[in-house]
Amino acid sequence: MEKFISHTGRAIPLRRSNVDTDQIIPAVYLKRVTKSGFEDGLFSAWRSDPEFVLNKSEYEGATILVAGPDFGTGSSREHAVWALQNYGFKVVLSSRFADIFRGNSQKAGLLTVLLAQEVIEEIWQAIEKDPTTAITVDLESKSVHYAGVNHSFEIDDYTRWRLMEGLDDIGLTLKKIDEVSAFEAKRAAFKPKTLPALQ
Amino acid sequence: MGKTLAEKIWADHIVSSAANEPDLLYIDLHLIHEVTSPQAFDGLRLAGRPVRRPDLTIATEDHNVPTLNIDQPIADPVSKLQVDTLRANCKEFGVRIHSLGDSQQGIVHVVGPQLGITQPGMTIVCGDSHTSTHGAFGALAFGIGTSEVEHVLATQTLPLIRPKTMAINVEGTLKPGVTSKDIILAIIAKIGTGGGQGYVLEYRGSAIRALSMEGRMTVCNMSIEAGARAGLIAPDETTFAYVKDKPHAPQGAEWDAAVQYWKTLQSDSDAIFDKEITIDADELEPFVTWGTNPGQGLPLNANVPNPEEITDAEERGAAERALAYMGLVAGTPLKSVSVDTVFLGSCTNGRIEDLRAAAEVLKGKKIAPSIRLLVVPGSAKVRLQAESEGLDKVFLDAGGEWRNAGCSMCLGMNPDQLKPQERAASTSNRNFEGRQGKGGRTHLVSPLVAAATALRGTLSSPADL
Repeated sequence: MEKFISHTGRAIPLRRSNVDTDQIIPAVYLKRVTKSGFEDGLFSAWRSDPEFVLNKSEYEGATILVAGPDFGTGSSREHAVWALQNYGFKVVLSSRFADIFRGNSQKAGLLTVLLAQEVIEEIWQAIEKDPTTAITVDLESKSVHYAGVNHSFEIDDYTRWRLMEGLDDIGLTLKKIDEVSAFEAKRAAFKPKTLPALQ
Repeated sequence: MGKTLAEKIWADHIVSSAANEPDLLYIDLHLIHEVTSPQAFDGLRLAGRPVRRPDLTIATEDHNVPTLNIDQPIADPVSKLQVDTLRANCKEFGVRIHSLGDSQQGIVHVVGPQLGITQPGMTIVCGDSHTSTHGAFGALAFGIGTSEVEHVLATQTLPLIRPKTMAINVEGTLKPGVTSKDIILAIIAKIGTGGGQGYVLEYRGSAIRALSMEGRMTVCNMSIEAGARAGLIAPDETTFAYVKDKPHAPQGAEWDAAVQYWKTLQSDSDAIFDKEITIDADELEPFVTWGTNPGQGLPLNANVPNPEEITDAEERGAAERALAYMGLVAGTPLKSVSVDTVFLGSCTNGRIEDLRAAAEVLKGKKIAPSIRLLVVPGSAKVRLQAESEGLDKVFLDAGGEWRNAGCSMCLGMNPDQLKPQERAASTSNRNFEGRQGKGGRTHLVSPLVAAATALRGTLSSPADL
């Protein structure tokens, strides 16, 4: 996973609440067996509307998505995170993220930043007024700043450390694999096994 | 201070715990399907890692399989590649798989319980958000993404931050015609699609206790639609009786030891939940969604809501967009809304009791001429059971289609899809825009409402017949 320390880029306002992962990437795009190429499916139904914000030339090349509340609800598909990353997004800002989407983002290295809805509204207005506004999302200082405005955000220390170091969870867990073995040795005998297969 | 059920299961699965770190939790069962696993197996191969516990892992083909002509190769080459990839991965890594044509093939959340590998007190994960279904057994069960699938394959554990707990007390007695589906739709309408974020829900109360295991699965299944990763119900005699005769149930002395442990799996009387809400079961009516998220639901007797009467600006905007997408006019009685397709199936309502309930309504009758009725059993075993009871005949005689098992039109990944502007009454779990096919319009309902709607052609309950 790539390290995330700080990112500066332009931002897109997505003024919709409850954007579920079926909107982020519909099921018909989930047939691929790779992690790449999902940008075509990103918000595909909405992108057929020329007025949809992603189709507006002034927001082309933006790398920060400023979303409404309850972003990423529904299906657990990590393809939603890959689609956002494949398209070029590095950060999503919202006042509320669905739990599974947020977890997936943090595993895959897409930074999800929680900000109060008033702050999201303020950023929406700023980038709608001036789409060239550069926004910096800094994980080191846990802050978002643009045009002289500064907002701090909360993130748990462990996730922040992992993202800043670019560490993948599996490697970290494998360091504790002796503890896993010790736990397994104590598991109750009645716990089911899938093998041998009984039907 | 006592512990809640979720806290007890959590504590029993901690492999390691440290300050300012997530707990490392042991996973008792990992369910796999073709859509969210290929990239995880690729990751293992790249790192040269084996599957740590193939004996705690099981795969089935469900999301992307056809429900017609299953004896022939899958027609869509991209879907075929995905299913073939799962088969090859399971072979390479030694994972048990139930493929198309196998009597145990079906929706992963129907297969686990019917095999008896879903048991109380377990931690169960799957790369599918409806893994919460297994919470009906008093298991801590939740959906994960593909990175986590790889993590579980490699280590049989997951690092997780402890969730908060919410008690949802459903007290009283359901009226005839009101089902577990109506309970959960009413709960989601009450707490909203984000109400459960960060929580494990525990469904409690006399109305929950009175439900069958299948009814409890329907309730827990849609916990994610309220934003909660997991929802569970304390195991009781109903649970034990359901598990007892299943293929993978503990036997002999192990059964006794298991039941002794399972009986401890209840929230202590002095346990404190972070949040608590109460629902009056006596007041519940058959429910239907009118909008494009599962929280936008109302009793079937209500009218399409008027966005102008919603005070919250955000919700008002969402309601306006939803009505435009759904092609509905504020004030229209929901019961006057005509539908084109009725879908009976999914991990929410694709089990044998659901098919029996719908068949009871349809028996000896014909569906409205304009209606397409699609009946998709949750598993091949459910299909066989239904056929042994003659339910297939009931559906076919009524004018419906009797399909093979899979997720089918619940998510429209296979050819079973709605056309643009086509309207469905669906026993599935999500009414998102385009969920059942691009431009399709979905009303979530119970199997009883689905069957009555198929007969009348407009959203209806059996009481309207």
